[in-house]
Amino acid sequence: MDGDGEELTAQETALYDRQIRVWGADAQRRLSKAHVLVYGMKGTISEFCKNIVLAGVGSLTLIDDRLVTEEVLSSNFLIPPDEDVYGGKTIAELCCDSLKDFNPMVRVFVEKGDLSSFDVEFFSKFDVVVVSCCSRSAKKLANEKCRKASKRVAFYTVDCRDSSGEIFVDLQDYKYSKKKNEETIECHLKYPSFEDALSVPWRAFHRRMSKLYFAMRVIEKFEEAEGRSAGDVSEADLSNVLKLKKELCTAQSLNESHVPDTLLERLVADTTEFPPVCAVIGGILGQEVIKAISGKGDPIKNFFYFDASDGKGVIEDISDSNAGK
Amino acid sequence: MASASSPVIKDAKVLMVGAGGIGCELLKTLALSGFSDIHIIDMDTIEVSNLNRQFLFRQSHVGQSKAKVARDAVLKFRPKINITSYHANVKDPDFDVDFFKEFNVVLNGLDNLDARRHVNRLCLAADVPLVESGTTGFLGQVTVHVKGRTECYECQPKPAPKTYPVCTITSTPSKFVHCIVWAKELLFSKLFGDKNQDNDLNVRSSDAASSSKNVDDIFEHNNDEDITQYGRRIFDHVFGYNIELALSNEETWKNRNRPKPIYSKDVLSDDFAKQNGNLDNDNACSDGLSVSAMSSLGMKNPQDVWSLRENSRILLEALRLFFTKREKEIGNLSFDKDDQLAVEFVTAAANIRAASFGIPLHSLFEAKGIAGNIVHAVATTNAVIAGLIVIEAIKVLKNDVNKYRMTYCLEHPSRNLLLMPVEPFEPNKSCYVCSESPVLLEINTNRSKLKDVVEKIIKAKLGMNLPLIMNASNLLYEAGDIEEDMVAIYDANLEKVLAELPSPVTGGTMLTVEDFQQELKCNINIKHREEFDEEKEPDGMVLSGWTQPASAEETKDKSVSNGANTSDAPTAAESENDDDIGIVSPVKKRKLPDDSNKPNTDDAKHQKQLQVIDDEDDLVMLDGNLDGFKKRRVS
Repeated sequence: MDGDGEELTAQETALYDRQIRVWGADAQRRLSKAHVLVYGMKGTISEFCKNIVLAGVGSLTLIDDRLVTEEVLSSNFLIPPDEDVYGGKTIAELCCDSLKDFNPMVRVFVEKGDLSSFDVEFFSKFDVVVVSCCSRSAKKLANEKCRKASKRVAFYTVDCRDSSGEIFVDLQDYKYSKKKNEETIECHLKYPSFEDALSVPWRAFHRRMSKLYFAMRVIEKFEEAEGRSAGDVSEADLSNVLKLKKELCTAQSLNESHVPDTLLERLVADTTEFPPVCAVIGGILGQEVIKAISGKGDPIKNFFYFDASDGKGVIEDISDSNAGK
Repeated sequence: MASASSPVIKDAKVLMVGAGGIGCELLKTLALSGFSDIHIIDMDTIEVSNLNRQFLFRQSHVGQSKAKVARDAVLKFRPKINITSYHANVKDPDFDVDFFKEFNVVLNGLDNLDARRHVNRLCLAADVPLVESGTTGFLGQVTVHVKGRTECYECQPKPAPKTYPVCTITSTPSKFVHCIVWAKELLFSKLFGDKNQDNDLNVRSSDAASSSKNVDDIFEHNNDEDITQYGRRIFDHVFGYNIELALSNEETWKNRNRPKPIYSKDVLSDDFAKQNGNLDNDNACSDGLSVSAMSSLGMKNPQDVWSLRENSRILLEALRLFFTKREKEIGNLSFDKDDQLAVEFVTAAANIRAASFGIPLHSLFEAKGIAGNIVHAVATTNAVIAGLIVIEAIKVLKNDVNKYRMTYCLEHPSRNLLLMPVEPFEPNKSCYVCSESPVLLEINTNRSKLKDVVEKIIKAKLGMNLPLIMNASNLLYEAGDIEEDMVAIYDANLEKVLAELPSPVTGGTMLTVEDFQQELKCNINIKHREEFDEEKEPDGMVLSGWTQPASAEETKDKSVSNGANTSDAPTAAESENDDDIGIVSPVKKRKLPDDSNKPNTDDAKHQKQLQVIDDEDDLVMLDGNLDGFKKRRVS
């Protein structure tokens, strides 16, 4: 047990009994001191927020200035479908009310603003930053700011489209412990930034690289080139998306069969989240954040994919050190 | 997959069994996914320790029906759907085959083997697909059971609750759990439980020479005896004298470390009686469950590992508190993980015994987990598993047979997979539950009574609830709602040995056993056998041709299990309130050096070849260890 924290209160011990049995009292203490920021409150992020509020993080800050729409309601169980309670409140404000209720021991706050408007100092206030529903340049920028912070800020991106989802993890220079054969061993991992990971040439990947990785990059690039916001594509864009795929595959010397048209079609045609996939991805992400805060257990390095159509949840390591293999 | 407006989802009528950790997540995800006719059964009420993951519940709901509160909470964000809640046991006769037939799919989020088996049988009888699930800590799995297409829940052996040979518990403990079982099942029961119950504490702990009558008296509290003196007498007897006695049997210690007798005077100063808890001091709290030796001794942190001296003080103080504050309950107590004083007593006793045998001591928090068979549970795994259940349920509703998968949620990735789908197995042709294959019972028909067959075989092993037994066309026994005059006849039959029944049961007889509620019928071929090995076959009968639970430990001797709330407890009501139990260990890649995904590394039985589903050409064969249910894994 580490000596840094004060003891858990009797109330905490009673409430968190079952999970302390999983990750230990010292991990629970670290959780209760951690500050988490999320940006973009769609279904997957809502699931994630529920998970870490239940786990007992110190504080959770939400950013999403949008007002409620049908689509937002469809996969978000934090917002009651009752226009009377909206009262001009933003999505973040509405979610905040529900989340506070889940665990009175966790402080939940709302911040306003666009992701790009926050500076390094702002991100430095958090131990974990999770962003969703934003462009690839916004993700890169936020990631860079987190990396410039005076202390380590764990950075994640998460996005779900149709029946599949992607998580990206940047823990920078990360040391942790894990149990192996009754012994605790210390481990050390070096993570690339989002930008560095994305610049690893495609031909360097192993043959079985998740097809979702390529598909997500193609759509991301398409949205960026067209000046669209994240998720703003439809079936009408398919032919242009397929054209872009061809170009990217040629530029990266990748056989086009690695990015099936049917997959792109699925992701472009239906950008709404599929609630069971939100639950799966939000659960895995919650677990990863708990690992990163507690410094216990093997974290994902550095991409995770889940697709309900084949049921596989795959970890892909996309970093320079891994490239030449 | 399928959108929320798809008729496959919108028009489906779904039965959920369990509104606990998985259940809360599942109900939420079903509602979000567009399911609009959901029925949910759960007999439990909400407890504080549920709130960290069963997110539909709040502090203010403690004590209320889980099914009902879960329903109300989900209706808040999906007011237009229909959710019907039942605060009831799924084994109630109301939930019969006709009830099950109303549903398109049944989804289990259960906490015990007994209820799982029962639901499996009803689903088979009603021909309704079942999606089954379980989680422990970071591990979880979802399986699909469709009659005639995939294996049923009982096609594969399910591990029996872990039991320990009596001699390990009474004489040669080597793990902390052995000390816990001794403290809980033997010492605690002896001092505070039913005096008429058999208890191995006096059978094995003393020499056979001393009569059991004599030994009994040692544990008896004489009315005029000072309670502290009594406590020290018990202490010296079980931790000192009994150990000396055991040491005298040199044979036992040839290849073992010799235990060290511990006497109270060695660990506690003589003026202990004065400084240890004060009778006048602690009368503030007089209601049973709030009495605590820790608080009367000023010890706060349940995570601390106490010294031998502290454990000794707790033990004596707890004993004193039982005799002074809870005197009325003595003789009727059984261990309950929510009974603070009982947990303190058992922790202290187990630790003192552990100290004697050179086993590391444990904190109250840890001891409580072991003694109470507390299941490790986190919200995230439940959320993931619930998502996977819904994905599987939608495939079942779409009759997408080729896409059915069993999915394992792993703690450590195997071949980069954190979520591993595996193609379901075909039904096991020799499964007595889903195929009609008979079982064979070897039994001494001149000695065993019908009652033994009903209790030890038909209920305990075949998992029937309300059995009816026929010998050809003659009815021998029927349980349940029957006429009074028949009750007398059946009760008389129960007491008869098989060969002397009105229609005699002898070698070569085929009995037909039926449970109308489960709509399960099973034929038992009787084979007469004269002798049974008392140690290896303590039941005096041997059942074969059924899926034998994979016993966690070889029981060469009569055995003790860790607690009454085992997975085959007679009713779900008696199982613990925790949810999320019953995980099958994940499949494991062959030759993978890291064994950390495999709960029981030493238990390589029942290995099975599994095939990982892959859209690539190179399929990989995996070894699967399917018997690693972790529910009762206590060490």
